[in-house]
Amino acid sequence: MSTSSETRETTRTDTAGATTGTATTPATGTAVRGTRLTLRAATLGRPDAAALADVDLDVPPGEILTVVGPSGCGKSTLLRTLAGLLPTLTGSVEQDGRPIGGPAADRALVFQEDALLPWRSLLANVELPLAIQGAPRAERRKRAAAWLERVGLADRARQLPHRVSGGQRQRAQLARALAADPRAVLMDEPFGALDAQTRAGMQDLLVEVLHGTGATVVFVTHDVDEALFLGDRVALLGAGRLVAVRDVPRPRDRAAHDDPARVALRRDVLTSLSI
Amino acid sequence: MTRYALRVASVAAALGLWQLLTSLDIDLWLRFSQFPTVTDVARAFADRLAGDDYWTDLTDSLTRIVTGFLLAAVLGVATGVLVARSRLAEDLLGPILEVVRPIPAIALVPVAILLFPSNEQGIVFITFTAAFFPVLVSTRHAVRALPPGWEEAVRTMGGGRWRILGSVVLPGALPGIFGGLSVGIGVSWICVISAEMISGQYGVGYRTWQDYTVVDYPGVFVGMVTIGVLGWATSTAVELLGRRLTRWLPRTSYVPAGRARPKSPRPAAPAPAASSVVPTGPEPEEARDEHLV
Repeated sequence: MSTSSETRETTRTDTAGATTGTATTPATGTAVRGTRLTLRAATLGRPDAAALADVDLDVPPGEILTVVGPSGCGKSTLLRTLAGLLPTLTGSVEQDGRPIGGPAADRALVFQEDALLPWRSLLANVELPLAIQGAPRAERRKRAAAWLERVGLADRARQLPHRVSGGQRQRAQLARALAADPRAVLMDEPFGALDAQTRAGMQDLLVEVLHGTGATVVFVTHDVDEALFLGDRVALLGAGRLVAVRDVPRPRDRAAHDDPARVALRRDVLTSLSI
Repeated sequence: MTRYALRVASVAAALGLWQLLTSLDIDLWLRFSQFPTVTDVARAFADRLAGDDYWTDLTDSLTRIVTGFLLAAVLGVATGVLVARSRLAEDLLGPILEVVRPIPAIALVPVAILLFPSNEQGIVFITFTAAFFPVLVSTRHAVRALPPGWEEAVRTMGGGRWRILGSVVLPGALPGIFGGLSVGIGVSWICVISAEMISGQYGVGYRTWQDYTVVDYPGVFVGMVTIGVLGWATSTAVELLGRRLTRWLPRTSYVPAGRARPKSPRPAAPAPAASSVVPTGPEPEEARDEHLV
C-alpha cells in the first residue's frame, strides 16, 4: 500500500507545474498536507444497529481510497465515523495516531446532494467554512471566489443552490469542502445523483482540483468503474464487514480501462460484490 | 389592473348591499332596522378621527399588541428551539407547556388580574400568551424537521453549537417560524380586544364595548372597522417580512394564467431541494387549528 501512495505523490509533483497557475492554495509543503486515517478493530454504526464489524483500515497521507459496496452495506457509516460524526462502538478511529473524538475542520465531508444551505448563494456557501475558521471577510470572499472559479462556477457565484443544476451544486460543494484546506476529504457518493456524462466530467474535475492539495481522500461510491478510475486503492465492503482492499493499477488514467490488470481487477471486484 | 378593479368592485358591492338593507329597514327574519347605515358609520368615523380619544385608543391597543407579540415571538422561538434541540429542556418544560397550551388565553384573565399590579401588564400578558404557543409549536416542528445534512455539514467544517444555531437552525426553521408568527398575530388581536373589553381602560376594544353599553351602534361599527384594518395591516406586515426573509425558498414554476412574467424565466424547481424545505409546511395549519380561541 505504501508503494501506491508513493507513486501518487510522484504523479502529483510531475503535474504540479501545470496547475500552479490556477492554484489558490500556497504550493509549499503540499506533499505533507495529507493525513493518515486509521481504523483499528472497529465496529461501526449506531448503538442499536451496528453496520460494520471488525474493520481494520489504514489510509496513508495523500492517498485516494475508494470504497465500493452494495447499498446499505455501511459505506456512509464508515465515512461518518472517519468524519467524527459517529463514535466507534468498539475499537478505535485515529487521525495521525490520535483518536478522533468529533468532527473537525481538517476532515471535510462532501454529501451526495442537498448539503448546501439553500438560503446562501453559492459564494456564501463556500465562504462558510472560511468564516468558521475566522478568516476576515475580504479574504474569505476572495478565496471562495477563486475556488468557485476553479470549479467553473465563477458566473454562478451569486445564485442560490436551487437555481443551478445538480452538477453545479456538487461542484459548489466540492469548492466548499476544499476551500478551507482540509487535510482529508471524505466524499459520500458525491456524483451518485448525476447523469453519466456529468459524472465523468466531475471525476476529471475532482482529479484536477485535488492536485496540489495533497489531501487524503476517502471516496464512497456504488459505481465500480468510478472507484477504479479514481482510487489508488479500492476497499470492498459487503455483508457487514470490510471484504478486501486492492491496489488499482494506473489510477486516474482514462486510457487504462482496457489495461489487462485493470480488467482483471474489475472482474474480481464485481464478482466479490455480487456474492 | 383588472384584479384591483375586481377587488374594489367587491368591497363596493358589499357596502352597497349594506346601505340598501339598512336604509330600507329590511326586516326579513334578519332585522336590519336597528342596524346603522353605511353613511351613519362613515359620519361617526369622521367625527372620531377628528377627536383625540380615537388616536389614544389606537396607540394604546397597538402598544399592547406590539409589546405582547414581540415578547411572544422572541420567547416562543427561543423556547421552541430549546425544546426541539435539548432532551433535558423537553423533559422539564414539555409537560407544563402541554398542560397550559389548551387553555384559551382569554381564560387567563383572572390569573392576569391576580398576578399583575396593573391592567396594562395583564393585557400584555394575555396577548403574549395568545401568540406564544403558535410560535412555540411551529418553531419546535420546524426545527425538528430540519434535514440532518445541513447540521452535519457545518459540524464537519468545525462549527460549534452557536454557529449551528445561527447558520443552520434559525435560518432553516424560518419558514415554519413565520407560519407560527402569522397565526400568532391574528390570535393576539382576538385576545387584546377581548381583554380590553373585559378589563381595559382605553384601547379599541374598550371603546367598542363602551359604545355598545351606551347604545352608540355606529360607534361599535367604527370600532369593528378599526380592528379589522389594524389586524389586516399587522398581519400583512408579518407576512411581508416573512416573505422577504425566506426569499430563498424554491417557488414552483407554475404561474397562474394572466400573471405570466416574461422577465427571467425560472428554471424548473428541482424536486429534492423543494422536498427538503417543504416539511415545515403543515405546522402552521396545525397550529391554527389548535389555537383559535
